[in-house]
Amino acid sequence: MEKFVKHTGSALPLRRSNVDTDQIIPAVYLKRITKNGFEDGLFAAWRNDPAFELNQPQYKSATVLVVGPDFGTGSSREHAVWALQNYGFKVVLSSRFADIFRGNSQKMGLLTVILPQDEIEKIWKKVESAPDTKITVDLEAKTVSYDTTSTSFSIDDYTRWRLMEGLDDIGLTFTKIDEVAKFEEKRVSFKPKTLPIR
Amino acid sequence: MGKTLAEKIWTEHIVSSKAGEPDLLYIDLHLIHEVTSPQAFDGLRLANRKVRRPELTIATEDHNVPTLNIDKPIADPVSKLQVDTLRKNCAEFGVRIHSLGDVEQGIVHVVGPQLGITQPGMTIVCGDSHTSTHGAFGALAFGIGTSEVEHVLATQTLPLLRPKTMAINVEGTLKPGVTSKDIILAVIAKIGTGGGQGYILEYRGSAIRALSMEARMTICNMSIEAGARAGLIAPDQTTFDYVKTKPHAPAGADWDAALTYWKTLSTDADAKFDKEINLNADELAPFVTWGTNPGQGLPLSGSVPNPADLSNAEDRGAAERALEYMDLKPGTPLKSIKVDTVFLGSCTNGRIEDLRSAADILKGKKIASTLRLLVVPGSARVRLQAEAEGLDKVFLDAGAEWRSAGCSMCLGMNPDQLKPGERAASTSNRNFEGRQGKGGRTHLVSPLVAAATAIKGTLASPADL
Repeated sequence: MEKFVKHTGSALPLRRSNVDTDQIIPAVYLKRITKNGFEDGLFAAWRNDPAFELNQPQYKSATVLVVGPDFGTGSSREHAVWALQNYGFKVVLSSRFADIFRGNSQKMGLLTVILPQDEIEKIWKKVESAPDTKITVDLEAKTVSYDTTSTSFSIDDYTRWRLMEGLDDIGLTFTKIDEVAKFEEKRVSFKPKTLPIR
Repeated sequence: MGKTLAEKIWTEHIVSSKAGEPDLLYIDLHLIHEVTSPQAFDGLRLANRKVRRPELTIATEDHNVPTLNIDKPIADPVSKLQVDTLRKNCAEFGVRIHSLGDVEQGIVHVVGPQLGITQPGMTIVCGDSHTSTHGAFGALAFGIGTSEVEHVLATQTLPLLRPKTMAINVEGTLKPGVTSKDIILAVIAKIGTGGGQGYILEYRGSAIRALSMEARMTICNMSIEAGARAGLIAPDQTTFDYVKTKPHAPAGADWDAALTYWKTLSTDADAKFDKEINLNADELAPFVTWGTNPGQGLPLSGSVPNPADLSNAEDRGAAERALEYMDLKPGTPLKSIKVDTVFLGSCTNGRIEDLRSAADILKGKKIASTLRLLVVPGSARVRLQAEAEGLDKVFLDAGAEWRSAGCSMCLGMNPDQLKPGERAASTSNRNFEGRQGKGGRTHLVSPLVAAATAIKGTLASPADL
């Protein structure tokens, strides 16, 4: 996983709530067996509409997605995170994220930042009137800033440390693998096994 | 202070716990399917790792398989590659798999319970958000992403921050024609699609205790639609009786030990939930969604709401967009809405009791000439059981299509899709834009409403026939 410390980029304002994972990437795009190439499926249904924000030239180089509440609801498909990253997004700002989507994004190093809805509204207005506004998301300082405005956000220290170091969880868990083995010794015999087949 | 059921199961599975870090939880069962696992197996190969506990892992093909001509090679080459990749991975890593054509194949959340590998007090994960289904057994079960699938394959554990707990108390008695699907749609309409974010839900109360295991699975299945990663129900005699007859149920002394443990699995009287929600079962009616998220639902006797009546600006905007997408006008009686397709199936409502209840309504009747009815059993076993009971004949005589098992039109990944502009009454779990096919419109309903709608041609409950 790439380290995330600080990112500065232009933003895509998406004034929609409840953007579910089927909107982020519809199921028919989930057939690939790799983690790349999903950018074609990103917001696939909406991209047919020339007025859709992603199709507007002023937002073409956006790397920060600014979206309404309950982003990423629905399916557990990590493809939603891959599609956003494959397309070039580094950060998503919203007032509420679905739990599984947020977990997936934190595994992949796509930073999901929770800001109050009135802050999201301010950023929408700013970016809509000045699309080349650069937004800086600083994970170390836990701030989102543009022009002279700076807003703090919170994130648990452990996830922040892991993202800033670019560490993957599996490697970290292997440092505790002896504890896993000890736990397994104490597991009760009546817990089901899938093998042998009964 | 006592513990809630979720807290008990959580605590018993902690491998390692340190202040300022997520708990490392042991996973008792890992369910796998073709769509969210290939990249995880690739990750194992790259790091030269193996599957730590193949005997706690099981795979089935469901999301991306056809429901017609399953004895022939999969026609879509990209889908075929995905399914072949799962078979290859399972062979390489020693994981049990039930492939298309196997009698145990089916939707992963139907297969687990029917094999008896879903049991009370377990931690169960799968790269699918409807893993919450298994919570019906008093298990802590939740959906995970592909990075987490790889993590569980490699270590049989997951690092997780402990969620809060929410009680959903449903007291009273359901009226005839009202099902557990209507309970959960009413819950989601009440708390919203984000209401359960950060919580594990526990469904409690006399109306929940009165439900069969399959009806309980329908409720827990849709916990994620309320934003909760997991939802569970304390196990009781109904649960024990259901598990006992299944192939992988504990036997002999193991059964006695298991039962003793399972009986401890309830929320202590002095435990405190972080939040409580109350619902009166007596007042519930058949429910249907009118919009594009599962929280946009109303009793079937109602009318399409007017967005202007909503005080919250976000809800108003979402409702306006939803009505435009659904091509519905405020004030339209829900029962006047014409439907093109009825879908009976999915991990929400694709079990034998669901098929029985729909067949009861359809018996001796014909579906409306203006629509198609697709009946897709949740598993090959469910299909066989239905055929043994003659339900396939009832469906076929009524004019329905009788398919093989899989997720099918619930997510529209295989060829079973709505056409642009088509409108469906669906027993599945998501009415998102384009979920069942690009441009398709979905109304979520119970199997009873699905059957009645198929006969009437417009959204209807059995009482309307």
